[in-house]
Amino acid sequence: MNFEEHAAKPLLAAAGIATPRGQVARTPDEASLAAQMLGGPAVVKAQVPAGKRGKAGGIALVASPEEARAAAERILGMEIGGHAVEKVLVEEQMVIVHELYVAVLNDSSTKGPLVMVSTAGGMDIEEIAARRPEGLLRFPVDIRKGIDEATLAARLPEIDGVGRAHLADVIQRLYHVYRNTDAELVEVNPLAATKDGRLVALDCKFIMDDSGVKRRAEIAAAGAPERLTELEARAQAQGLRYIELDGTVGVLANGAGLTMTTMDVIAHLGGRPANFLEIGGEAYTLGKPALEIVLANPRVRSLVVNFCGAFARTDVMVGGILDAWDAVKPAVPVFFTIHGTGEDEAVALVRERLGLEPYERMDDAVRAAVEAAR
Amino acid sequence: MIVRAHERVLVQGITGRQGTFWAERMRDYGTRIVGGVNPAKAGARHVGLPVWGSAQEAMRDGRIDVSVLFIPPYGVKDAALDAIEAGVKKLVILTEHVPVQDAMWLLAAAREAGAQVLGPNTAGLVTPGECFVGFMPAFNERVFRPGRIGVVSRSGSLGTLVCLNLVQAGHGISAFIGIGGDPIIGTTTRDAVRSLDEDTRTEAIVIVGEIGGVLEEEAAEDVRTISKPAVSFIAGAASPPGRKMGHAGAIVLGERGSYASKRKALEEAGVAVVPTPSAIPAAIAARLRGAVQETR
Repeated sequence: MNFEEHAAKPLLAAAGIATPRGQVARTPDEASLAAQMLGGPAVVKAQVPAGKRGKAGGIALVASPEEARAAAERILGMEIGGHAVEKVLVEEQMVIVHELYVAVLNDSSTKGPLVMVSTAGGMDIEEIAARRPEGLLRFPVDIRKGIDEATLAARLPEIDGVGRAHLADVIQRLYHVYRNTDAELVEVNPLAATKDGRLVALDCKFIMDDSGVKRRAEIAAAGAPERLTELEARAQAQGLRYIELDGTVGVLANGAGLTMTTMDVIAHLGGRPANFLEIGGEAYTLGKPALEIVLANPRVRSLVVNFCGAFARTDVMVGGILDAWDAVKPAVPVFFTIHGTGEDEAVALVRERLGLEPYERMDDAVRAAVEAAR
Repeated sequence: MIVRAHERVLVQGITGRQGTFWAERMRDYGTRIVGGVNPAKAGARHVGLPVWGSAQEAMRDGRIDVSVLFIPPYGVKDAALDAIEAGVKKLVILTEHVPVQDAMWLLAAAREAGAQVLGPNTAGLVTPGECFVGFMPAFNERVFRPGRIGVVSRSGSLGTLVCLNLVQAGHGISAFIGIGGDPIIGTTTRDAVRSLDEDTRTEAIVIVGEIGGVLEEEAAEDVRTISKPAVSFIAGAASPPGRKMGHAGAIVLGERGSYASKRKALEEAGVAVVPTPSAIPAAIAARLRGAVQETR
C-alpha cells in the first residue's frame, strides 16, 4: 500500500524526524491561505502516490500567496503517473546546503532490512545507482538486533556541518518507523542538511507491506487506496484478486502462477486475455462471485475455467461456479479444464450439471476459447 | 530440500480444518506424521495422533525432522521460532500473507540455528510414491507418478499443471519442490536446483518461474555448473507491467525481474525456456537425448 507524501510525513515527525511545516490544500484558495500562514517562500507539491512529480511539473517554488494560488490552479487537475491530482501540499521552503538519500527497505538478497545512504540525494535511486554507485552505502541489518548505531556511524559519509552521530540518529529513527509500520520501503529523498546544521526530510516515499495492513489498521487508514475499475473494486470487496484487461477471453483460474499462465497461453495461441482473476488460496470457496465478476465484463466473448487444485479443492471451486450458473446464465461459451485435488468430483459435477466435457489438456481448452472469441 | 518417507513430520496447527484434512492426506500417502501442535489442546488426540502444546514438547517425546505449519499469518513467526528452538531442521511454511518482516525474523533465526525453511506461501514438497508435506495433490496419480524429473516451482497450482503435463507425456517426477510465492523466502530457486542436482534419482530439472524478483536470474548463475539438463517455463509474459510489482527489487537491479530478463538469463545459462507448459515434456526429452549423446 502506497502513501502520499502528506500522509507519510506525519509518521516521520512522530518518530522525531524534522519535516517542513506545511498544510494540505484542495483548492487554489486553500493553497493561498496555507502559504500566507506559513509566511515567506513556499513550495506547492502535487499529492499522488507516484514518483517523478517534479519532472511532470507537479512541484512549484512560490514566493507569495498569490503565486501559491496560481501554482495550485495549474497543478490541481493535472494527471501524474495515471493519477488525477486532487490535492497539493504547501510547505515552507528550506535553505538547503546539501541533499542526502536515505532509505530502509525489505531486501530479498540478504533476506533482511537494508539501510541505504547516499550523499547524492535529490536524484532518484536508479540514477544514484547508475551515476554515483561508489557513494551508495548499503548497510544490512539483523532484524532481531536492530541497527548498531556506532557501527553505522563509523560507515557513514562525512558531510560538512552535520555530525555523523546526528545522521546516524535520524537513520535510527527512520528504522523505527520502518519496523513499527510493517513498511516495505521508507525512503527520504532528499534528506536536506540545512544552514543551521539540521537534517530535514523534504520528501518521503512510504510503502506498507499489504500483509501487515490488518494488524496496523490505524496507520493503514492514511494510505492511498489503489486505483481500481468498478469491477476491480467489486472483486476486491468480495476478497478476489481481479485485474481488468482489454482482451476478449475471460480467465477464471486458481493460484497466481496458473492464472498468469492461462493468460500467457491465450496470448501464445493468438487470443487476448480479458482479465486476471484467481480464486486460489483461502479464496477458493468464492467460485460464485468469481463467475459473476468475470462475466460482468462486457468484452468477454468466451471463458476458460482452468483449475489445478493443490490447496484449493477443485470440487469446491466448481461447486461455487454451479451455484452462480443459473443466476448468471452465461451467454458466452465456457471451456473447463480441471485437475488435482478433488478432480474426479469436480469433473463429474461439470458433466452432470452442465452437460459439458472438461478438456484433458489446458492448451485444447484455451484454443477452443480463443477460437470462440474470434 | 527433498522429503523422504523415513522423516518424522510434525503438523503445527493440526486441529484446524485444513490441518486436519491435510494431515490425514499426508499420512494416508505415506508421510510419517508423528502428531501435531495446538497450545490449547495439549495432551489430546486428534485424528488418532498425539497433540502437544509446543514443538519443544513434541521434541521431548521423540525426534522431529520436519515441521509443517498450518498457522494463520500473524501466528507464523512464533510457531516457527518454537520449532526452530526445539531443534527442527526443516520447516515448511504454507501460510500466505505472512508479514515480510516476520518472515525475515524467522529466517534469521533459522539461519543461525542451521535450519532450512521452505516458504512462506509454499504448497510444499512431494516425493512421488513415497511421501509429501504440504497441500499438494500427491495422491492424484494423473498428476504425480514416480520418475526421474525434478520440478521446482514458485506456484503450487502451476507446479501441479507442469507435473500433470510431464506425467501425461509419459514422464515421472522424482521430486517436486514448491518454494513459495512470497518476495522473501527461505529456500530459493537456486537452493532447490542445487538439491535436485545432488539428488541421484533426478535426471533432469524443470524450473517453473514467475515474473517479479530475481530468483530465476540467481538460479541461472548456478545452472551453468550443474550436471543435469534443465528446462524452464516462466509465467507472466502476458501480464500487465507495474501492477503489484515492488520497488525494492527494481531499485538497485535495474531491468532484472521482468520476463525478458529471466528468459535471457536462463537461456544464456543453457536452459531451454519454453512458451507454454505443454512444451516442457518435449523439451525435456530432447535435452535428455542430448545428454545421453554427450556422455557417449
